[in-house]
Amino acid sequence: MIELARPGFWITAVTAAVLVLIIPLVTEVYTLYNLTVFAVLAMLALSLGLVWGIGGILALGQSAFFGIGAYVYALISVNLADSTLAVPAAMLAPLLVAVLIGYFTFFGRISDVYFAVISLTIPLILLSLINSASGPAYQFGKAHLGGYNGIPGVPPLNIPFDPSAVLSFEGMYYVSALLLLLVYLILRVLVASRFGRVVEAVRENELRAELLGYDARYYKLGVFCIGAAIAGLAGALYAAWGASVGPTVFSLSFTAQAVVWVLFGGLGTLLGPIVGCFLVQGLSTWLGSVSRISPEIALGLLFIIAVLLVPNGIVPSLRDRLKSTFVRGGRI
Amino acid sequence: MAGGGELRGSPPVGLASLPAQFPDKAIKGISMDLALLTGVEVVYAIASLFLISVGLAIVFGMMGVINFAHGEFLMLGGFAFILAVRAGVNFWVAMFVVAPLCVAIIGVIIERLIIRHLYGRIVETILATWGLSLLLIGLASAVFGYYQLGVRPPFGVVHIGAYQTGVYTFFVIGVAVVLGLGLYFLLRHTPFGLIARGTMQSAPMAAALGVNVKHVYSITFGIGAAVSGLAGAVFAPLTGVLPISGLTYIAKAFITVILGGALPLTGAALSSALLGTVSQITTFLSTSVFGEVMLLVTAIVLLRVLPSGITGRFFKRGI
Repeated sequence: MIELARPGFWITAVTAAVLVLIIPLVTEVYTLYNLTVFAVLAMLALSLGLVWGIGGILALGQSAFFGIGAYVYALISVNLADSTLAVPAAMLAPLLVAVLIGYFTFFGRISDVYFAVISLTIPLILLSLINSASGPAYQFGKAHLGGYNGIPGVPPLNIPFDPSAVLSFEGMYYVSALLLLLVYLILRVLVASRFGRVVEAVRENELRAELLGYDARYYKLGVFCIGAAIAGLAGALYAAWGASVGPTVFSLSFTAQAVVWVLFGGLGTLLGPIVGCFLVQGLSTWLGSVSRISPEIALGLLFIIAVLLVPNGIVPSLRDRLKSTFVRGGRI
Repeated sequence: MAGGGELRGSPPVGLASLPAQFPDKAIKGISMDLALLTGVEVVYAIASLFLISVGLAIVFGMMGVINFAHGEFLMLGGFAFILAVRAGVNFWVAMFVVAPLCVAIIGVIIERLIIRHLYGRIVETILATWGLSLLLIGLASAVFGYYQLGVRPPFGVVHIGAYQTGVYTFFVIGVAVVLGLGLYFLLRHTPFGLIARGTMQSAPMAAALGVNVKHVYSITFGIGAAVSGLAGAVFAPLTGVLPISGLTYIAKAFITVILGGALPLTGAALSSALLGTVSQITTFLSTSVFGEVMLLVTAIVLLRVLPSGITGRFFKRGI
């Protein structure tokens, strides 16, 4: 709770909230539509930023939890025609999967790099499973998994326990942006808490943290599960935003995007992944509208450039620059 | 859509999409022929797992580099082979010379430009080669387009009692065996193999003894790429080639190498044998999708028991 006593925290919170509320007044509908999905994707980036940047767990397949959240939301909300239960379920399901994966990896003491590859096979397993899941055997109540084509007609969010009060287009924007802000602020408090400090200690030196009496496995599992639940929430919002969900959420290039956002924005910070996501998505939306460069080429180049030239990411680099500017008396 | 939609149009390729005529599942009772055919299928699954993963295993085991663009090396091998055959090059020359050579050259260039700057930084290598993988997919689809290219596999079919399977199946098994033995000979009984293994054990010591370590890494990466190119060419007549073909191999190749552990050849062979058997038997009992899922699940569960792979615990004295 140290973080709550800092004025900087509240200044950030209020400024960001005001910004979220002002933007719809000054932008076009199309921009707002894009900003909504950017906010949803930024939440996925934030979850990976927590697990990878803060926890030091190389969860390259983080989008699997996003996809599970999206599918669970779709299945439940189609069946109940109400999103009240679907959203918590979309957070719970990835969390349970994360516990299972964490048991086999963290408790098996599998090394970081091996974990990265195992984590990456999870969305690939789900991709081939979902792609083949068409036919009457995959009917769940009113919803049908639909294999390749995914689930169409996913209901939008509604006010809890009132299925008739569906959120409008702008309402969806406010919910997504404010939830992103809320998750960000909660994570800031979490990172500054005792739990967060131990997690960072484990990232820096697992052996030393264990010698000090902390069971690294439980802390890793904890942060991994929190990340999975956040990714699941983002997935639910994504399905509600797009009114459909398909197997592309499990594709390799989708999970690569999440990694690029975090890498580009900056590892080890919470703001970095969000900034990275908005920048990269904005850039690729713009590239898609002005040129015919294929998204893979752009994403691949950005990936290599980020690793070779901006290894620290944008936000940490800028922060260091700002700090040195202020400390040395305003000269750049 | 924020996600890549490029997986649409992916052919349902997998290890089980053989030209072999799979028997009707309704047949009850195990006949001798069926058992024999199943045996052939299992050996084929093992051989193909070995083929797709051994190039990756060499690069990982000898250099500690995790090459995420491995699948794209297979894809490029396939394209080089098919384009060469279509240009009138002899089928076997295209498969055994053109494809490995092309991919080896590409591999050496990539090693110079990207990998060399990142030795010892495994995480950065993963990320940079992943970017490379996306880039190669993008470039391949820009140059070759999203058409599935293919050539007819040579040879006919062979009859096993009431069933039949392609002779090409046996050819793939043969290639895997010869390649495995050839790599063993190269690493065990040649001066280059000695130097490469010495560099793998301790690069500073090798350098102190006058070995040009960068040169050795460059050649090793080239050999890994050439083997991958050959494997891509061997599978091209069976599955055809698309710019995204690499994605169908990548998960299997990685999980096989990781389960294999530190030793490139022994590890790849042992874990191929284990995972190939499991996945082919599961495929036989259900569908090829479940076979593939079973392969990955088995590997993850086994890694819980053997965190540093099979050769991290057993057979430590191999290659």
